[in-house]
Amino acid sequence: MKVLDQGVNPIFMDPDPDQAREFFRKKTRAMVDKRMTEKEAVEKFIPDGCYLGIGGFGANRIPTAVIHEILRARRKNLGFLGHTSTHDFELLAAGKCLNRLDAAYVVGLEARGLSPNARRYMESGELKVTEWTNYSLAVRLKAAAEGVSFGIVRSMLGTDTFKMSGAKVIECPFTGKKFAAVPALWPDVAVIHVHEADMYGNSVFRGISVADMELSRAAKHLIITAERLVTNFTIRNNPTATSIPFYLVDAVVEVPYGSYPGNMPYLYFSDEEHLAQWMKVEKDPKEFEKFLDHYIYGVSCFEEYLERCGGLKKLKELQKLESLVDKG
Amino acid sequence: MAPEYNMMEMMICVASRYLEDGKTVAVGTGAPCAAAMLSQKTQSPNLIILFEAGGISPMLPQMPISVGDSRTFFRAVMAAGMTEMMTTCCRGQVDYAFLGGAQIDKYGNINSTVVGDYYKPKVRFPGSGGANDFASFCWRTMIMTVHSKSRFVEKCEFVTSPGFLTGAGAREAAGLPEGGPYKIVTDLAVMGFDEKTRAMMIESLHPGVELDKVKTETGFELVVPKQIGRTAPPTEKELRILREEVDPLKVVIGRA
Repeated sequence: MKVLDQGVNPIFMDPDPDQAREFFRKKTRAMVDKRMTEKEAVEKFIPDGCYLGIGGFGANRIPTAVIHEILRARRKNLGFLGHTSTHDFELLAAGKCLNRLDAAYVVGLEARGLSPNARRYMESGELKVTEWTNYSLAVRLKAAAEGVSFGIVRSMLGTDTFKMSGAKVIECPFTGKKFAAVPALWPDVAVIHVHEADMYGNSVFRGISVADMELSRAAKHLIITAERLVTNFTIRNNPTATSIPFYLVDAVVEVPYGSYPGNMPYLYFSDEEHLAQWMKVEKDPKEFEKFLDHYIYGVSCFEEYLERCGGLKKLKELQKLESLVDKG
Repeated sequence: MAPEYNMMEMMICVASRYLEDGKTVAVGTGAPCAAAMLSQKTQSPNLIILFEAGGISPMLPQMPISVGDSRTFFRAVMAAGMTEMMTTCCRGQVDYAFLGGAQIDKYGNINSTVVGDYYKPKVRFPGSGGANDFASFCWRTMIMTVHSKSRFVEKCEFVTSPGFLTGAGAREAAGLPEGGPYKIVTDLAVMGFDEKTRAMMIESLHPGVELDKVKTETGFELVVPKQIGRTAPPTEKELRILREEVDPLKVVIGRA
């Protein structure tokens, strides 16, 4: 296949499908109790230097508890899948946890504006960055899930996004038309927040899937945080609802209100006041340090963070703001 | 007497009129979403709204704060995922998409990535997100933005999302499917693109705006046709629906 053009930036993960198959060959299929705390999950599956993907959409259905734990464990030199990332990237930038980044959407918080600290982090030039788009990153995960070394998109063609990517322009062997080949991406570990999971990792989430079907099947290790644990019988009673089967999962962490301050569809809306407070306090690095000590480094667990943010009273308010009604 | 309105209301009303009934539109948060909602409630009741995170044809209860929040699939026909939504664009079923950015050039290319050196940027913006994908695949892309010289530049420092790239024939040469920018709606005027050269062309001036003002606020030479139209101001009906039903909390229209 003729390569007509290529992006100049690095591909951080090996796109060889046989290496990935060798890994998955050895990954256990045992249906065993995988429950643990977020601290244990980070210790076991998120070492310094690994490549991390986060599920959900920035401040919607995100695994906040595990990201906080990554900061508290002072993880460094992580690679990151900057796919639809907003508050998740804001957190990892606050902890200076990264050294390489596949960027499709970072530093912004959509209609809320840009994170001043995440911007400083990006503008410092200390991260190795390769540029992509939301769809092309989803296709990279899809290719990985399919066990092939690349996917094909028509995104990025003719732009600087392509120039700063790691993609290649190829000629279609059937039509002669140009396409961008994007390398398969197997993250070392992904963390996805769901509505329900059993202790083996069978998981159910409701609402939009974003790229979580692809991410959960591409990641070598998968940590699930769940609003609540259910029995295996509950899963088996309605298998149509299962989004993620147990053999993909390495750890199951029960975290009620686990997407806070993000939105959890059918349960609670995002805490816009708290998210606005982040952006405001980030303007002053010294104030921001104190803020991080108060909310993340100075607390022992996620429950304590929830308490500092207003606890049950605040969470009840956010439940009222949620527009979707849970049909369970 | 003609009703009073601010420039944000003007832009939303004008943009809403370009969205034809029965078509599909991919929107982000803010003004584009308001324009699509207004269009549904005025001229295009069967306009289908899509969100990149997977919300398909929701009955939006209020303006979303994120393109992936609960409101984006409230009473939707499907809560899908990004691949479902983007492949719908890829195979040619999405008619319009709204884009935004820090810079836009005379061929409608957009910069939402960096200003300054890529590796040590002066300003880092979010990047493409889904914008490059939409700009590549949707039949007609639209932009709503404030008109200023710093925004309307001769050439984007970084082309995040494609317009007509370097002009006529450039999209085709790069391998992009047919499509590209359709209308740019600003606080001063509506711009389209010259059929032959694909360069940005003035189409209509908003009430009270003179051509010189638009030229002064544009960092490149706009194509000026022999006849320039006058944008029809927002109607009372449009303003009432926008203020009472679309954005009662003034999240977007309060920004002007």
